[in-house]
Amino acid sequence: MIDEGLKSELQKQGVYVTTLEDLYNWGRANSVWPLTFGLACCAIEMMAASMARFDLARFGAEVFRPSPRQADLMIVAGTVTKKMAPLVVRIYNQMPEPKYVIAMGACAISGGPFKQGYNVLKGVDRYLPVDVAIPGCPPRPEALIHAIMTLQEKILAQKLTGPGRPRHLNADVASEFPVPTYGPHDLEPSKNSEVWHPPLIKR
Amino acid sequence: MNVLATPPKNFEVKPKLDAKGEELGELLEVSMGPHHPSTHGVFRMDVVLDGEKVVKLKPVFGYLHRNHEKIGENISYLANMPYTDRLDYFCSMTNNWAYALTIEKLAGLAVPERAEHIRVIMAELTRLQNHTCLIGFFVQDMGALGTPMMYAFREREKILDLFEEVSGARMMCNYMRFGGVRVDVNDEWIARTKKVVADYSKFLDEFGTFLTENEIVLARTQFVGVLPKDLAVSASITGPMLRAAGVNYDLRKVDKYGIYSRFNFQVPVGEHGDIYDRYMIRVLEMRESIKILEQALRDIPAGSVMDPKAKLRGFRPKAGEVYGRVEGPKGELGFYVISDGSPNPYRYRVRPPSFINLTILEDICLGHNISDAVVILGSVDIVLGEVDR
Amino acid sequence: METLEQIKARLEAALPSAKIEIVANECAAGERSLLVDAASGFAVAKFLRDDAQLKLDYCSNVTGVDWPDKELTEKIKVKQVVDGVEKEVEEVKKTLRPGFLEVVYHLYSMGLKHGPVVLRMRTENRADKTHLPSLTPLWRGAEFQEREVYDLYGVIFDGHPDLRRILMWDEFVGFPMRRDYVAPDDFEYEPTPHDEVLVEAKKHYPAEPKAEVKP
Repeated sequence: MIDEGLKSELQKQGVYVTTLEDLYNWGRANSVWPLTFGLACCAIEMMAASMARFDLARFGAEVFRPSPRQADLMIVAGTVTKKMAPLVVRIYNQMPEPKYVIAMGACAISGGPFKQGYNVLKGVDRYLPVDVAIPGCPPRPEALIHAIMTLQEKILAQKLTGPGRPRHLNADVASEFPVPTYGPHDLEPSKNSEVWHPPLIKR
Repeated sequence: MNVLATPPKNFEVKPKLDAKGEELGELLEVSMGPHHPSTHGVFRMDVVLDGEKVVKLKPVFGYLHRNHEKIGENISYLANMPYTDRLDYFCSMTNNWAYALTIEKLAGLAVPERAEHIRVIMAELTRLQNHTCLIGFFVQDMGALGTPMMYAFREREKILDLFEEVSGARMMCNYMRFGGVRVDVNDEWIARTKKVVADYSKFLDEFGTFLTENEIVLARTQFVGVLPKDLAVSASITGPMLRAAGVNYDLRKVDKYGIYSRFNFQVPVGEHGDIYDRYMIRVLEMRESIKILEQALRDIPAGSVMDPKAKLRGFRPKAGEVYGRVEGPKGELGFYVISDGSPNPYRYRVRPPSFINLTILEDICLGHNISDAVVILGSVDIVLGEVDR
Repeated sequence: METLEQIKARLEAALPSAKIEIVANECAAGERSLLVDAASGFAVAKFLRDDAQLKLDYCSNVTGVDWPDKELTEKIKVKQVVDGVEKEVEEVKKTLRPGFLEVVYHLYSMGLKHGPVVLRMRTENRADKTHLPSLTPLWRGAEFQEREVYDLYGVIFDGHPDLRRILMWDEFVGFPMRRDYVAPDDFEYEPTPHDEVLVEAKKHYPAEPKAEVKP
């Protein structure tokens, strides 16, 4: 690793030194392509974020791709119902690595105001690994921009080697998750225990 | 262009045969959605195609069925108000109004003059932004990616700013209450609204220059997706779809709810019932909305914005049932509430205009190309939060 | 528009076999409704649609309502002889109203711009006799709404062209909008539980370990 002092000294002379890791992450972090995937109300705020006033393009994330094969980021914008959940997982499985998930809004985090509904999944994190969660109902476009910036920081901090390396560089970790099926009352299974680790609460 | 009749039911998909009985090809079954950029949310159409022609189309619902009605039966009348915001998430103000109007009918509450004016202003601003965004989406469905949406959302933001200032939220306003509105507006807000409304016709002129006589728009929309008048009535179609088919039925004129009888405005009615008429009706409706807004902003009186008799806490209406409806931007938005005297409604039902307007989707898509089916769906103007509830 | 009594009289004259009642409504708006027996429901609806004075060509809203078995309590005064003296004693009389499912139609006229006439039909019970005539052949607009009532309440509409589940998935068992439907228990973890959710969630939380008592 290059010494930080030397690095900045060299920069003053016009010589830019970086590591492969930084360069690789820098490139990935600044061209996150989200999937055009709107579920409910939050999707409208997601669209508003990509429009002229909020201009998501400033963060390299304005290229919304309709096909999961071309997307890096799934913004789960809205209520995931039990009827929709298998399809959300399937779309996630179709995305190539590296891929990230933002749970946008209260519904995607926990079911939100609709969590007492019989057809509402109580949080998309029961089936998918969520990287960033944005609270709000719906979150403002600024909040989505903040989430994308948070995700960028997360990407920039990823190590390319070692045990903490991201999923797409670790062949042992699965990048696809089993798709739940429709049961007589609920999805089967009702959660993916490999993904979902709720904190243990004592009350 | 001959008008399409009701499709035969129990339609079977068979290989296409020529005169000698030899197979010419197969019919292709495509499941469009629920993840599809042009279905306006998680809507799915099971389409059977002969080449590019639609020979069968079945809408599939329920991917956003979040149990609005069941939740509504388990919470109090007032707690239901923010849920109505999330029905048709473009038009939270009209949803609020429809629900408040229903409960006012149930409990016999009066609404002060000032609040009635504010309600009209909010509802018409909602209509403006809904129709503008719809046109943006619908032109996007024809292939104009991005740019029309940018124009539409630019204007929408101006109206959302006004909503945010009075209610605190951009989209989910939760603004109206039984017997009035939650907070009063100030003079500065009225002055700013007047300016937004005054500028809106200029925007409509600008938007219209690009679209109304655009050759591609004309080619893609005229005589496509024709909805005959009697089918529209029988299938309970409401809103701009119905009026484009040539039926003059606008609840603002028929029911005269609120104070709509005082304003001078007209109801545009179409002739052909095709997509272009639906587009034009919306443009003309926006012009009429601007007229209503100008009158309402001019005449707004001073005074309180809540009925002093209205109770927010411990609200228990008498047992009975009521059906209230307003002319939402998408059609007749109704609420049917049965009260049993308890703090929660016994039965709470939403009459969703965009759900019922989809009844004839198959009829108007049959025989058209798959790319036209996308535009036809865009012209129906659906919002999935309301379709599936 | 005619009053409901006039409509009822004309209906009874035209359809002598129909059993029609007017259901009272005590709330402020007070829209009363016509209760029709299932057997003549279709004929009554057809009359309402085709009658020249009514012309209810627009079926706005179709609603299902669930009325489970209910114990009705009534206080009646009974004369009793207590210790040789006749007294009036209040007695609570309990009657069981058997449950049923109800479908409510709100009918308007687009041509004559009047309405609504509220039409309701009731099933015999909630378990096996849940058949009602479908009004979709009269008003196409009832098609999806009746499917929804079938999906969420389990009313079977005879004569409906395409009666399938509409909002829930096909494999789903049960009718979720019925008042006795129990939603699947998936409250294992709740970030912000309150009210009923808290009650449900507590079933999943492990009991707090008891502090060890040191000797």
